[in-house]
Amino acid sequence: MNAPTLFGLCAAVLVGFGLYGLIVHPQPLRKVLSFNLMGSGVFLVCAVIARRGAAAGMGGDPVPQALLITAIVVAFAASALAVALMLRQFDETGSSSLSNDPGPAPAKPAAKGEA
Amino acid sequence: MSIALHLALIALLLALAFWTVVARETFAAVAGFVSYGLLLTLAWVALSAVDVALTEAAIGAGLTGALLIGATSRLRKTEAAARAERPGRATRVLAAIVATAVAAAIAACVLLLPDPGPSLAPEVAQNLASTGVGNPITAVLMSFRAMDTMLEAIVLLFGLIGIWSLASDRYWGGRPGLAPVVEPNGILAYLARVLPPIGLVVGIYILWVGADYPGGKFQGGTVLAAMWLLLLMSGLHDAPAVSQRWVRLALVAGPAVFILVGVLGVFVAGAFLGYPEGLAKPLIIVIEVALLPSLAVTLTLLLMGPPQRSESSP
Repeated sequence: MNAPTLFGLCAAVLVGFGLYGLIVHPQPLRKVLSFNLMGSGVFLVCAVIARRGAAAGMGGDPVPQALLITAIVVAFAASALAVALMLRQFDETGSSSLSNDPGPAPAKPAAKGEA
Repeated sequence: MSIALHLALIALLLALAFWTVVARETFAAVAGFVSYGLLLTLAWVALSAVDVALTEAAIGAGLTGALLIGATSRLRKTEAAARAERPGRATRVLAAIVATAVAAAIAACVLLLPDPGPSLAPEVAQNLASTGVGNPITAVLMSFRAMDTMLEAIVLLFGLIGIWSLASDRYWGGRPGLAPVVEPNGILAYLARVLPPIGLVVGIYILWVGADYPGGKFQGGTVLAAMWLLLLMSGLHDAPAVSQRWVRLALVAGPAVFILVGVLGVFVAGAFLGYPEGLAKPLIIVIEVALLPSLAVTLTLLLMGPPQRSESSP
């Protein structure tokens, strides 16, 4: 089995880990973390496909590789937005729970008026 | 790298990924994720994607790691409550089954990939000379698929607008982050005095060398952003109010130049983002130089989050 295939299988497992974490973890921050893990698995598959397209003296197909650079930067922007959203929710409600149940009564500061 | 090294790398990657998912403490999970990101750069190198490795080290592991560590320390109080919400065994088993099925499907796809793989590399090699740059990735990013790169720069800007919109009314247009606390003799202040000049040179060098070798504006811009972040975190320099004109100008200058060159292409080369014969390289350099400061400011402010203090706050 050659190196690209090995990394491809590794990527499949990474996506699996990420998906499991995304479903199981109740905290939004852990979900973002798991989602990033899943994303890196997808990127790795893309890099494997690029590597398999090595030709014309290039180590890999430059088109998917360029796509990956774009993807990594956009993934960072999306994570930053997600983190900003959850921090705002925390400032507003004192909790970062996604649950609809009242749960262990989050402390609600009187922030409604100023927001 | 030999196959044994690859196997060791894969084993480490999988172990760290597993840790990131199962660790009890969020902070431990984030620490695992940052090391995972750094190791992943080795995987990109093993797959001959050095440009991607640079981006991953700078943004995937570096900036994302800093972002998540910051969020973890802010949300530390919510950890205990979240543990009570942990789903029951049935959900976890179901999630494991779904995750395994998806992983198996992807693994099957990887094993069934056509051999030899389809590739655009010959086409890129054929047309590389017309762009005047020597690095095929830069040629794809700035010429063959320049539209993607332009939209990416704009997406970053939209992300930042989204984050700023989360500011509460009274801090709208104010300064992001906490008020700076300077510890003049601390190690952070020392590094913030010593490193930025070096980082500035490295960042600009990475941009310049990107024309012919691995590197480019995103990697260079991230190094510049890291230097500014170091200054901000050390407290030697306060974050600017986001309503300041120079901040807004710096943010839109890069994408605006990109769009302008694109529109120019309609008249001179007959296509949006088309470059006239012989002028491709100068135009690419104009766009990259304009994008570098914009990207550095955008990435820094993405990490700093929404405004949290009024403009006049010290």
